[in-house]
Amino acid sequence: MTSAPDAAAPPLLRVSDLSVHFGPVHAVSKVSLDVAAGPFGLGLIGESGSGKTTIGRAVLRLIRSSGGSITFGGQDVGSLRGAALQAYRRDAQIVFQNPDNTLDPRMRIGTTIAEALKVHRVIPRGGIPVRVAELLTEAGLDPAFAERYPHQLSGGQRQRVAIARALSVQPKLLVLDEPTSALDVRTQAHMLKLIARLRAERQLSYLLITHNFGVVSELCEQTAVLYLGKVAEIGATDVLLNSPAHPYTLALRSAVPEVDVASRRSRIVLPGDAPDAANPPSGCVFHPRCPLAVDRCRTEVPQLREAAAAHRVACHRAEDVLAGAAMFMHQRTGKTPPPTATIGLGQ
Amino acid sequence: MTETHPAPNGPSGRLAITNLDISFGSRKVVSIDELRLDHAEIVGIAGESGSGKSMTTLAILGLARTVGATVSGSIEFDGQELTTLSQDDLRRIRGRRIAAIFQSPSTAFSPVYKVGAIVTKALRLHGATKPEAADRAAEAMRQVLLAPDLLRRYPSQLSGGQLQRVAIALALALRAEILLADEPTSALDVTVQAEVLDLLRDLRDTTGMSVLFISHDLAVVAELCDRVAVMRNGVILEQGPASQVLSSPADPYTAELLDSVPKLATTK
Repeated sequence: MTSAPDAAAPPLLRVSDLSVHFGPVHAVSKVSLDVAAGPFGLGLIGESGSGKTTIGRAVLRLIRSSGGSITFGGQDVGSLRGAALQAYRRDAQIVFQNPDNTLDPRMRIGTTIAEALKVHRVIPRGGIPVRVAELLTEAGLDPAFAERYPHQLSGGQRQRVAIARALSVQPKLLVLDEPTSALDVRTQAHMLKLIARLRAERQLSYLLITHNFGVVSELCEQTAVLYLGKVAEIGATDVLLNSPAHPYTLALRSAVPEVDVASRRSRIVLPGDAPDAANPPSGCVFHPRCPLAVDRCRTEVPQLREAAAAHRVACHRAEDVLAGAAMFMHQRTGKTPPPTATIGLGQ
Repeated sequence: MTETHPAPNGPSGRLAITNLDISFGSRKVVSIDELRLDHAEIVGIAGESGSGKSMTTLAILGLARTVGATVSGSIEFDGQELTTLSQDDLRRIRGRRIAAIFQSPSTAFSPVYKVGAIVTKALRLHGATKPEAADRAAEAMRQVLLAPDLLRRYPSQLSGGQLQRVAIALALALRAEILLADEPTSALDVTVQAEVLDLLRDLRDTTGMSVLFISHDLAVVAELCDRVAVMRNGVILEQGPASQVLSSPADPYTAELLDSVPKLATTK
């Protein structure tokens, strides 16, 4: 999208060396991210189990982090108490993948949105109905929907309600957790347009969590690719799309289906499934599935390092990937690997 | 009902739907003039929620009546008219010769049985002996690139992609001729989706299985399907070879669906 943020401006949100452990499972390991003041979008992209949702929840302090720090506007989020925490709960909002789980089926839409306004005392009570109508209009809904129940709305409309509710308290930061994954493609396209419009109008910053490169490419200046709780690669979204330095990024990108035959990439088939986070592989966690893995990858953990200006990657073979990774691409017209190549790796 | 046995790859096609109407009371939800699925062909039905694509699947499986719909018209499978078949005769076809996989594999498997027990039970119901069932289950698992050991696990111990592949393995073990795939990859990660699409294409090539692939995502349809039918409000707006329909859509709705696919920002 637009250019990278001004390096001199302090970030709105800074995540430093964040770790989140659930017992033996290291869901997130030493992840560092910056989200600039709005309008700005950071995409968190990865498969199930990559830790992207856990990062979003830790940022909102819905779960406790096990290590590292999260600062918002210079304040340490982990040590917020009382009124300061309440203010943070207003400043940072979330929109979940499935609005059905977040809208009370017995509450009218208007009541649901009004509840957020009341809890946070954003405006005088008398002004609430007018404000609800404004918010629904802003989210592209008929204000008359305030009288309806969630089941009377389509999935896309319910997601708009979730966005209207999140925006009701004038947040500075949104965590959008797979906001379009449950929607039809055409509804998804409308939702992406809505998010783009709101970010411009309200100078929003957001963390956009998704497994689909197509979605970040429309909405995020920067993208972090996550694999098994670690940042594999981070940089400007168009750089990651056009010259990725991590083989996993290449594979993820090649998996996005495209209508236009000419623009289709050779598919890179990753054998097996993502490994168990309670028992991660040695060395680079990606090495069992990596077509470029060498001995060093099995023993030495790659650190995040500069691949180019403002583009960091955790891969021993990043230079080879950048130099032209065509050698290991699996032609999409070809067959999937024979069973022997994959059996056993998924366990 | 008299049985006819035309050549398997006869000119009538493996599955032929003609003048199919599905209604709830006086409300018609599906009205299809013609839709065919030939031997070893992958046909996509593209449409959004409410387009009638899933009701069409249920009608082919003979299950539309169980949800209270009335069905008229013809669904011919290998020369046999399915709409007038008795439940007993249907049971011999459904599951075995016409198999189905759905969007959420976790709801397709009972959580209290090991997946192997579910697969072998289905095989036994369709006439396999116990050792045969075990052999065929293991062989089918290899065909979908899974370790047969996974059959000893419970559904909750498998990932969504693995479970969807087990569902496909069940269809293979039963030697299904037609696979109805209703949004089989919509709930999966893109990388897993890519694997399942590759798998379906390979199985078509190696076994000659025909696939009716239902999806709201035209990019997925474009990657997989030989032909595509675009549905809206129960009606097929246009159908034809996938490359043709998707490169020069005749209906503005198809064009809108195409525009909705998020574009990768490729500047090089």
